[in-house]
Parts: sequence; C-alpha cells; structure tokens
Amino acid sequence: MTVELETLAPPAAARPAFAPSLAGRAAELVRQPMLVLSWLVVAVVIGWAVVPDLFTSYGPYDGDTTASFAPPSLEHWFGTDRLGRDLFARSVYGARTTLIATLLAVVIAFGIGTVVGLVAGFAGGIVDTAVMRVVDVFLAIPSLLLAMVVVSVLGYSTQNIALAVGISSIASFARVMRAEVLSVVTQDYVKAAYGLGVGRLGVMLRHVVPNSLNSVVALAALEVGTAVLAVASLGFLGYGAPPPQPEWGLLVAEGRDFVAVHPWTSILPGVALAIVVIATHRISASFRKDRRR
Amino acid sequence: MSTVDPLLRITDLAIDYRTGHREWTTAVRGASLHVQPGEFVSLVGESGSGKTTLVHAALGLLPPAARIRSGAIAYSDVDVTGWNDRRMALVRGNYVGFIPQDPNTSLNPVKKIGQQVVEAVRFNAPKPGNAERHHQAALDSLRTAGLKDVERVFQQYPHELSGGMKQRALIAIALAGKPRIIVADEPTSSLDVTVQKVILDHLVRLREELDIGILLVTHNLGVALDRSDRILVMRDGEIVEQGPVDQVLEQSTNEYTRRLLDAAPTRLAASFGARPVRAEAPYVLRARALSKTYRLRGRGQRRDLRAVDGVDLAVRKGTTHAIVGESGAGKSTLASILVGFTAPDRGTVHIGDTELTGRRRGRLREIRRHLQFVFQNPFTSLDPRFTVGRIVAEPLHAFGLAPGRAQRTARVVELLAAVALDESYLHRLPGQLSGGQRQRVAIARALALNPEILVLDEAVSALDVSVQAQILRLLVDLQAGYGLSYVFVTHDLGVVRLVADDVTVMKDGVAVETGPVERVFGEPRHPYTRELLDAIPGTRLALAGPG
Amino acid sequence: MLRYVALKVGRALFVVWAAFTLTFVLLFVLPANPVDLLFDPAEINAVPPEVRERVAENYGFNEPVLLQYLDRLGHALTGDFGNSVQSGRPVTAAILDVLPSTLILAAGALVLALVIAFVIALVATSTRHDWVRNLVEALPSTSVSVPVFLSGILILQIFSFQLGWFPAFGDEGWRSLVLPLVTLAIPVSGPIAQLLVRSFAKEFHSGYVTTSWAKGATRGAIVIGDVFRNASLPALTIAGVTFGNLIAGSVITETVFARKGIGRMTQTAINTLDLPLVQGIVVLVAASFALINLVVDLTYPVLDPRLRATLAAPTAKAASGGAR
Repeated sequence: MTVELETLAPPAAARPAFAPSLAGRAAELVRQPMLVLSWLVVAVVIGWAVVPDLFTSYGPYDGDTTASFAPPSLEHWFGTDRLGRDLFARSVYGARTTLIATLLAVVIAFGIGTVVGLVAGFAGGIVDTAVMRVVDVFLAIPSLLLAMVVVSVLGYSTQNIALAVGISSIASFARVMRAEVLSVVTQDYVKAAYGLGVGRLGVMLRHVVPNSLNSVVALAALEVGTAVLAVASLGFLGYGAPPPQPEWGLLVAEGRDFVAVHPWTSILPGVALAIVVIATHRISASFRKDRRR
Repeated sequence: MSTVDPLLRITDLAIDYRTGHREWTTAVRGASLHVQPGEFVSLVGESGSGKTTLVHAALGLLPPAARIRSGAIAYSDVDVTGWNDRRMALVRGNYVGFIPQDPNTSLNPVKKIGQQVVEAVRFNAPKPGNAERHHQAALDSLRTAGLKDVERVFQQYPHELSGGMKQRALIAIALAGKPRIIVADEPTSSLDVTVQKVILDHLVRLREELDIGILLVTHNLGVALDRSDRILVMRDGEIVEQGPVDQVLEQSTNEYTRRLLDAAPTRLAASFGARPVRAEAPYVLRARALSKTYRLRGRGQRRDLRAVDGVDLAVRKGTTHAIVGESGAGKSTLASILVGFTAPDRGTVHIGDTELTGRRRGRLREIRRHLQFVFQNPFTSLDPRFTVGRIVAEPLHAFGLAPGRAQRTARVVELLAAVALDESYLHRLPGQLSGGQRQRVAIARALALNPEILVLDEAVSALDVSVQAQILRLLVDLQAGYGLSYVFVTHDLGVVRLVADDVTVMKDGVAVETGPVERVFGEPRHPYTRELLDAIPGTRLALAGPG
Repeated sequence: MLRYVALKVGRALFVVWAAFTLTFVLLFVLPANPVDLLFDPAEINAVPPEVRERVAENYGFNEPVLLQYLDRLGHALTGDFGNSVQSGRPVTAAILDVLPSTLILAAGALVLALVIAFVIALVATSTRHDWVRNLVEALPSTSVSVPVFLSGILILQIFSFQLGWFPAFGDEGWRSLVLPLVTLAIPVSGPIAQLLVRSFAKEFHSGYVTTSWAKGATRGAIVIGDVFRNASLPALTIAGVTFGNLIAGSVITETVFARKGIGRMTQTAINTLDLPLVQGIVVLVAASFALINLVVDLTYPVLDPRLRATLAAPTAKAASGGAR
C-alpha cells in the first residue's frame, strides 16, 4: 500500500537535479560565450603573472630611445613609452605585481573578515554588538581613503598597498559573513542538530560554516575585481612600487602626461586592466547565479 | 449541452515551460473546461499538477518562459488566445476577476487599501468618471466583499489588516470591475480554517447574489466537494476526471480520483481503524502550568504577547496527544518548550521522573536521547549539504553510538528501512528528494537514538494529501512497532481524529479544552472547539463514506 | 519613536568619535616617531635635533599619549583640528575652503548617477525584448569595472583633446565641471543600477503585481504605479556605499582633472604627511557618512508604512541593514 501510493508523488528523477552533472555543466558553459571568454582572460593574465617571458620577447626595462612613443604596431602591440620601452611587455610584467598584491589583499580581507563575522554572528549578545560597532566605524571611512591613510603610515610599497586594501575590506566581509551566519543559525536544520545532541562547536563547524560560506565566496570573487581596481588606483596615485617597476596603475599614471599627443601610453594598459576586472565581475556573477539555483 | 454561451471556455489547451535552450517541458496537456453563468466549478489537484498554470493562462498571466502550444481560451465565445497585454487588460478586471493565493503578498504594501480598490474601479470604468463616484464604487465593493467599517479600511494599509480582511479586500478588488466570472487560485490555503470557512461561504453567497460564475482552484478536495456544482480533477497537466459533485463522489471511475478521495483525512479513519485503548499506561511526559511571554516592541509602547499561558499537558506511554489550534494559538511555542528549545517563564516539564526545565545545556543533552523533534517543513530541516546517510548518522555520531564505519552504516540502513527507504538513498542530497521522502529521512533521524517520545510540529502540513496519508500511516506503524509516544501539533482537526488518543485545543496561548479525542470531538464543551469542528472542510466527503 | 531616534543619533555620534580615535591611533600613536613623518623623508637627516625637539613640543608629542589624545579630542570638539603642517592654516578653514567645490561635483554626479541608474532599471523592467534587457543589464557591471582614472583619461582624450568641446583642466565655469561630473557619475551609478535592476525585477514578479494585472492595469501603469516606489526604497540602503564611492571617486577625478577639492586635498595631505589635515578630513568624511545614514534611518519609516508601525522593533534594523 505504502509503496504503491509513493507513485502519486512525482518521481524524484523528474525534478531538477540538485547538482547537475559535469557534462551538463560543460554544455551550459558553451552556451555562455561571455563566461568562457572571461575565464580565458583570467587564465591569460595568470599566465602573464607566472611566466611573463612566454608572452613577450621584450623585457619590462629594456628601453630603446630611438623608438620612443612608437604607436601600436605588430612589433609593439601597445606601442612604446617615452624611454622606448615596450608597453605590452610592461603590462605583462606588471600583472605579477598587481595580481600578487590583489591576492594578498583578498586573502587578508576574506580570512580576517570571515572569522570576525562568524564569531560575531555565532556568539551574539555583547560580543556581536561590540564587533559590529567597530565594523560600523570601518565602513564609515571609504575604503580608498582608509587604504591611503594606512599606506601613509606603513610607507609606500606594493606590499603595503596590498595590506592597506585588505584591511579596508575586512569590514564588508565581516558584515556579509555575520548576516549569513545569523540567517543560517535560524534554519531548522541547525535547530535540529542541537536537538540531536550535537554540541555548539560541532554545529558551528558542521552546519553553520559550510552553509554560510557560499555568499562570502561570491563576495571574494567580486572582491578580486574590486581589489585589482583599488591596488591600481593607489598605484596610479603614486603610493605603490617606485617608478621603473611595472605596475598597472603606475603605467597609466606614467603615460598620463603624454595622453594628449600619444593616447596609447595610458589608454591601452588601462583598457587591459579594465578587461581583466570586467572578466572577474562576470565570473563572480556566475557564482552568485549558481548559488541561487 | 446548455444553450447559453459559457463565460469561460478552455479548449484542448497545452502549455510548455522553457527549461533549457531549446527544451520545453509540458505543464498542461490538452485541458478543456468551461464555466456557465451562476456556476461554481472547482479545479482540484496536488502540487505540480498544472492547475495554477492553467488558470494563469486563462488570465493571460503566464510568465515569459511559458508558451501556449495549442488550444484556445474564450470568454463568452470571444477567443482571446495569444492576445497581448494591452488587449488582455480590457478583459481582466472587466470580464474576469481574479482572487490570488496569498493575501499577505498580493496587496501593494505602500498603498492604502482604498486606493488599490479605486484603481480597480478606474481601470474598468466604461467611461472616465469623477473621483467621487469611483470612491463610492470602491466603498460599495468593499462592502460587498463582506467587510465592515469600510470607511476605516479604506484609509488603512495592508499590514494593518488581518489575513482574512486582506483576502476580503482582494475579493473587493476582484469585484470592483463588475466581472461576470471570478477565478480564485487557492484563495484560502494560507488562512485559518475558521476564516477559510467564512470566506468560502461568502464566495458561494456572492455567486447567488450577483449571478456570476466562479472557478475555484484548490488542493483540498474537501473544500471543493462542499461547495461546488461541478469538479475537475487535474493530475500531471491533464484533467483526469470531471463531473457533478455527486457523480465524482459516488461513482468515480478514475483510479487517481478514488485515491485522492480515500487519502482525505476525513475518509481515512475507516482504514486506520479504531485506536487501542491504553488508559492504564503510565505517563511519560508531564507538563505543568507552562507559561511563556514574549515582549513585543512596536508603536512606541511595549506590549506583552502571552504565547503560552498556564498550559498543562500529560502524555501516556504509547499514545498520541494532539495539540490543535489556529495560527498564533501558541502550539508551536509549547512544542518548542517541551523539547527544551525554548525556556518557559514558569512551569515544569517532566520526562518520566526527570525534570527537563531549568537544566543547563549539558544536562539537557542527555534527555535528548529520550525526546526527539520533527519539524514542519522538511525542506528546511535537513542540511542541504549533507547526504541522507550523514543526516541520519548525525545523532549517532554526536552521542558516539555505533562506533566504526561499518556498524554505523548498518544502523543507518536499518533506520531508513524503518521508514521504507532503501539503501539507494544513502548518498542522495535532500535537494534530490520529494517532500514526503525528506520527511521520512527526518523521521529516521529522529528515531536514531531510540527515543521514547517524538514531538511532531505540523509534521505533515507541508505535504500533499496523498503523501500526508502515507506519512501518517508510517507514524502509526512506528508507534505500534516501537511503543513510541507522540506529541502531535497540528492545525488540521481531520488528522487528529486519525492518529490521536488525547487532544488539547489551544486558543491565544490557553488550553481551552483537553480530553480523549472521542469525548472532545463527540461532545465539545468549549464553543471554540465547536467552531473549529464545524469549519473542517469535507463534510460531504465524510457523509458519503468510503465507497 | 523617541527611543529609536536616540539610538540612531547615539550610534552616529559613536562612529564619529571612533573615527577620530582610530585616526589618532593610526597617525599619532602607531608610528614609532611621529615627528619624522612631519618632515620630508629626504631631508630628515639634515634637520637639526633642536628643531625636531621644538616641533615635537609644538605638536605635544612629548606628552603622555593619553594627554595628547584628550587634548586633541577637546579641541576637535570645538571644531579645532590644529594647523595644517604645509600651509600653517587651521585645518578647519583649509577644508571649508575647498569643500564647496567638491560638494558641487559630488551632488551633480549623484543626481546624474541616479538618473542613469533609474533609466537602466526602468528600461530593463519595461522592455519586452530579451536582448535589450541583457544589453542594459550589462552596463552597470561594466561601469564599476572600468577604473575611474581610465574613464577620466578616455573622456578627457575624446571630449577635450580630440573634439575640443570642454576644457581639459581647471575649475573655471560650468564647462569645466561637465567632464569631471560625468567621470564621477559613471562608477557611482553602477552599484545603484545593479541594486535597482534586481529590486525592480523582484517587485515586478511579486504577488501584488499579479493582482494589478488582474485588475486590468497596463504594463506602464504597473511599472510606474506599483513597482517604482516599492523598488526604489532599497536604493536608500546603499546610501553609505554610494557616499564612499563618491569620496573615493572624487579623489581620483580631482587628480585627473586637476580640480581643487577635498579629494585632491586628501591626496596632497597624504603625500606630504600633513597629519592634522588627514585627521580632519577623515573625521569630516566619517561624520558625513554617519549623518547620511542617520537621515536614511530616520526617513525610511516615513516612506514605508510597514516600518512606521514597527518603528523600534528589531526588524526595522534588519530591513535597512540586511540588504547591503
């Protein structure tokens, strides 16, 4: 009787599966050319950072004063600057500086922010209130301004930029994590775990953390793009690596004085940077869609 | 065949949903129906049967992902299939009124009720009238919908009204365009039974007074049978049965309809049989004078909500004690206190001879082994990232029972077998299971520690009626097999009769009546109990008895 | 009601005080020798010890930290953040000098950004064509991805150097305001537009819109009459984020277009390590942020009747804070 009646409910197979198969995912990916392109852009840029000499035969510091301000050509894709240095090569080598700083910034913000948010959300009460008031203060100071202040105290360098950008983003990670933890904690399955005799620490590690991390990971993906922008902005303002070094923001700043006559000096490295950020945003958007499924 | 043109005629309608790039899934296949003037027609089906898609198509409200593959929709023999929004706007409100499912989300929260009704009047006025006339028409409409003190309601915002009043406001909106037919999509499924009865009775009266046609969409066969002239049963996008109520009730030939009829709680009683008498059994759970007050802050001043107010409860070994009441009665708070999720302000709970109340977390944990809880919503009570195997093993893990992988898996398989799920479910995720299967997993998990008592909070309310019947049967079987005692919290009195030995009726935090089920249902002493009993839908179903 | 207002005002005051304390710790306590920060790093060894001593005394660096703190706090409460190291002028006066220029730029950019964001959201909601919607919805994420310094340089290149429509630099007349305004509006509009597109889409599929369709309303009547107000309210919740974007954007925009203003002053102050000026600016920004959030918190209940009813209830906080 029981088994017979089960057929009344639609069979489980007919429902949309929770985790689509790998092949299904690949097929879905092909239908989103922009997403494929975005992954490709990110892969290429990581390649630039890891093995720059594979992508260009010029060195970042090799100047040829006879060829200063050469416009973009097959030989010099992005043209050359005042000292005749190949701008494409400088962009390729600049990827390492910028990306390492970005990665460091995201790791700092994600690591500290997530733990702070988890503690605040899970402990509740006075701990939560205290932590959130501190977070309020950090949110009240725009992150670029905060990063500028931090960098001015620590001294100008790419590492310090990374530190500064990371510190100024901790608050937003803490906030998202806390909100997520607070919503997960009220879920029935968390209550159920307590009811089954699972201890507080067990509930936190087994249920709360894994289920809260989703949206923080999506935020981290988004933060990669934001951090690239912040690192480059600080570099542009001159707080990063000292001039001969290639760094994306600095490249744009260096070309800025000549932009009226030789527009490629600033614009092409800048466009390359923008494309990378657009690609990371596209990818982070796909993470968020996955989560909604 | 009648000589009058039907108000609404749907012919061979097929609707697809886009599920992929070029993939379409059929939601409705070849459905036909018609509604005559003054006729009350019900469309009955379980979730996923396509009934809502069908009526949305009739109103031209299909989402962009849906398409009408074939068939026709006609109002008074005017074919409106494929009309665009602009042309459909002339039909909607004017010719067909719509009462939506959930009154809590179906009114614009930032507009006053009056304005929303006036809009409905204005959109459908034959010629531009003056504001004063529209105002009067809106007030009339609110009055016709059965609201009192309409001048005040006119000036109120949706959040200031109760669920029943909001549904009446929506009825007023549906009536404001003076339509000839009203389509109501589960208009009462989110309301309490007593309110549900009043609203449905009012619809029946409107039909007679205004001579309009009504198409009611519902999952509740009892509701449909009590009030309709004609019934259509829908399953998997097809209309599998239709006919006058008596014909469906007495001589349905369709197997699915028969099963639906038999699965209705009012019908099940016979197949569940009489419950054995266990009057001598010792008490396993005793609660005394429980009280819990929540402090609400709002409108500047504080207000106390007495969620539970001096409630006593006693459960005998191997029996089921049902707690019934409408929303806000405090039954869920009471259940939460019984298992120690919520600390009461006053009163005690004893499990056997041990006191549960006032214990610290660590001591409370020991009692968990004897007392388990099953949640209302199987879609939120299972961690979406855990496999079924891990879910059921979690309590074993927490108490260090069944050490060793092989031993634990064996125990999990045994527990799954007890709830009629086989080994193939071990590695599935909750997202891959149906509602009924999930609730089985939740029950298996609750049984893992061999508890004596299960507290079930609306454990079958979120399920379709046929699945509900299976889970109820499972619970009864488990009770017999393991000698379990249940505290069964529900709003559905029909279910109580099936599974409970004793019942406590709650209203506004107070237990108004308590006693053996036969006594309380047979000779209710409190007027509220009587009101609740009268509101149970499906009287015709019960009278007809199992065929 | 009174409780609610008091709570919000108290929180705003706390944020300002904490921003002051934080900058004090960062700028005056953490550096091993704050006096050194006051001099150009290149000349630091050439400065005679007695000069350093005098400067340290002047700034009170010889006093115990707590005394320094209380002294500065006391003065800050009366609006005195000390004198700028570079110009020697009072910090407050220096800030007030350039504030109007930035206010005009920021206010103009905000208005433009809101217009852009609402147009994007309305088009994305009203259109019946998928490709239009996809195209329009891609705009905001692009606008937040392009660095402000790049879009500034591009706009400069096209409209000033190539077309010669607007002056490239300076802050004379309204024509010089146009390019910076557009440059700043682009990144500010992005997050607002993303939020509005989401919230318009969500409201457009909500139950009361179905009711309106059933009433016989047309698409236009629904988007304007029902969706618009409900969907616009959440935009207020990112007022703080928007403000942060305006400040960060104006630092870069003012640098690229060589305009005077708070942004450029911040950059100069950081470059020259003008500690009192930096502290003054940070406290001003934090105070503005707190004020804006206070105004949002206090006006939200006026706009949403549901909040009016449950004013001081915890849900009000969740609703305004959760969407961020």
